[in-house]
Amino acid sequence: MAIFRSQVLVCGGTGCSSSNSAKIKEQFESKIEEMSLDKEVQVISTGCFGLCEEGPIVVVYPEGAFYNKMTVEKVDRIVEEHLYKGRLVKEYLYEDSIDEDIIKSLSEVDFYNKQKRVSLRNCGIINPEDIREYIAKDGYMALGKALTEMTPVEVIQVVKDSGIRGRGGGGFPTGVKWGFAAPNKADQKYIICNADEGDPGAFMDRSILEGDPHSVLEAMAIAGYAIGATKGYVYVRAEYPIAVKRLEIAIDQAKKEGLLGKDIFGSGFDFDVEIRLGAGAFVCGEETALIASIEGKRGMSRNKPPFPANKGLWGKPTIINNVETLSNIPQIINNGAEWFRSFGTEKSPGTKVFALGGKINNTGLVEIPMGTTLEEVIYDIGGGCPDGKQFKAVQTGGPSGGCITRDHLKTPIDFDSLVELGSMMGSGGMIVMDEDNCMVDVARFFLDFTVDESCGKCTPCREGTKRMLEILNKIVEGKGTLEDLDTLEELSETIKNTSLCGLGQTAPNPVISTLKYFRDEYEAHVTSKTCPSGVCQALLSYKITDNCRGCTKCVRVCSVDAISGKVKEVHEIDQDKCIKCGACMEACPFDAIIKK
Amino acid sequence: MQKTMNLKENQENFKELKTYIEEHKGEKGILMQTLHKAQKLFGYLPIEVQKFISEETKTPMAEIYGVATFYTQFSLTKKGKYVISVCMGTACYVKNAQLILDKLKKELYVEEGETTKDELFTLDATRCLGCCGLAPVIMIGEDVYGKITPDDVPKILAKYK
Repeated sequence: MAIFRSQVLVCGGTGCSSSNSAKIKEQFESKIEEMSLDKEVQVISTGCFGLCEEGPIVVVYPEGAFYNKMTVEKVDRIVEEHLYKGRLVKEYLYEDSIDEDIIKSLSEVDFYNKQKRVSLRNCGIINPEDIREYIAKDGYMALGKALTEMTPVEVIQVVKDSGIRGRGGGGFPTGVKWGFAAPNKADQKYIICNADEGDPGAFMDRSILEGDPHSVLEAMAIAGYAIGATKGYVYVRAEYPIAVKRLEIAIDQAKKEGLLGKDIFGSGFDFDVEIRLGAGAFVCGEETALIASIEGKRGMSRNKPPFPANKGLWGKPTIINNVETLSNIPQIINNGAEWFRSFGTEKSPGTKVFALGGKINNTGLVEIPMGTTLEEVIYDIGGGCPDGKQFKAVQTGGPSGGCITRDHLKTPIDFDSLVELGSMMGSGGMIVMDEDNCMVDVARFFLDFTVDESCGKCTPCREGTKRMLEILNKIVEGKGTLEDLDTLEELSETIKNTSLCGLGQTAPNPVISTLKYFRDEYEAHVTSKTCPSGVCQALLSYKITDNCRGCTKCVRVCSVDAISGKVKEVHEIDQDKCIKCGACMEACPFDAIIKK
Repeated sequence: MQKTMNLKENQENFKELKTYIEEHKGEKGILMQTLHKAQKLFGYLPIEVQKFISEETKTPMAEIYGVATFYTQFSLTKKGKYVISVCMGTACYVKNAQLILDKLKKELYVEEGETTKDELFTLDATRCLGCCGLAPVIMIGEDVYGKITPDDVPKILAKYK
């Protein structure tokens, strides 16, 4: 293997790929060749660095110089100055990485220094399409250790002792789950990796699959050894083409190296992995629905028990773990349960990856120890709301979660504290909302999602969520009454208690939590028929300000003759006639028409 | 379930689908993968293709139709040359993706899920595309456009006309 003096890492995650990172990589390669540096400098495409807001991202080692918002045009100068002459191109470096002439390396940047990367340890560092790089970072060592030095019972014990809980949202202890499946006698057992990341605003599983696919495969094999399964499936969303491609490459390479397949490490243990593509159904993230989908049926959930650990895929004992959960496993085996427990809290050990999005300065992926407060995540790492706007709420847990307000920002994040606040961890999406977001509209948005995604099997979820959505639509259109709010609460309770699976049981959460913390906004919609945040179209009205010069352009475009006034005088809109089409606002050359 | 297709023009595709089905005969739970394959070949799943799969795999038509209509990725109608997907994930939604969708509807004279008369564009509202850092995001074919405003829409569309 050749030795290079410098490495250029170009982010090849979905976010940066969308903004042309492949072209940037090509430009680096051709310029480096042109300057005859190709024997000294290596260009590598990696997984996600996490700071998607600043993408496309390029990091140059050994300095750890962090170039943000890269363009193809910037490449030549970086090659000529930095790689050839050894002078960093300061004006292209990430602003936060420069501190009074001192250039900080990646790990010292505010965004990264509060993070603790366990799941994401290899993302943005190794080339995910080369198994040798994973092996160089202790890859497949844990599998070797488990197969040659440990019994299956010992493996399960270590995972139990580590206290790791399912990162997909449920928070069920992983080791206990494995322990259920292990003693079951069957001619075939299965391991399934749940990569059906349907939660809008969450993309950690995709980033792990794109940046470090082998960690998931290794963990699946370890899980297989622990419970006695020889076959694994990765159920992945078809919307993630890059992740699927990298997984396919990883499986091929692992098979070639004998790290998957027959008689791994000469231990006599066989394990094989296959990919199954989802087809766009949120409910398939639920275990029993996912199993139905792999079986080639409609993804509908069923009653539990029997639990999949006893009767799962094709009626055989099956363990389903989420991507992020699995990516922790090899390190737990390597470093021990105590090491894992040294992060996080007593009841929720370890770290958790969150996807920061919405109205926040640093959108991207962050991995923090459990127990970090929301405030630290949103302000210290996330950099607060942009444009000086007021923070209003943070939504966690996606369509199953709820909103957390400013009053609770000091809460340490773990599985239980979020549930206490009426939200949940979910898969780790965190959407920040500012004063311009209407909470009724947000609740309506999530209900719209669950109505669409309900599989239709049980009545409370199928019919109940629909009725809730109808009421919310009524409210945002200004036709709601105070009684409707009580009906919403009553419906929520019923759906929560009587739905078949997790989708229905948690679907009312966005409504319950916004009703609890933002009742005043609901009341403004139903009593004074106004939307305090100025979002709900039907409750807004158009007004002409004093900027009007009386050019009469608006009069001409108004299709219902609602605007009147004399030439060169301020005009007026008749609110009874106005149909709120917005044509006047678009036509006005003086920006004199406002929507309020 | 409308839309008939030209069987002659698609002969090659049917042949390839048949080979795929034969290669995977006896594999458990292969129906979804078969539908994925068929959609890749034909671009959508018209009734003729579903019938073909039903006959070749000896699976009841009801089951195939059930699966094809359950999952949003499978389409029973023909799509335009360019599919415009407006991301309606939470991150994009709170950054006004709805306004982008409204603007597209206005520009193309279609509603969500519809195709323009010239069969050039199909307008879809999709689930989270996972590039929340670029919100609001739209995808046209394979191209991703991030951090856009309603005013950018006509310019972007012009590139494809």
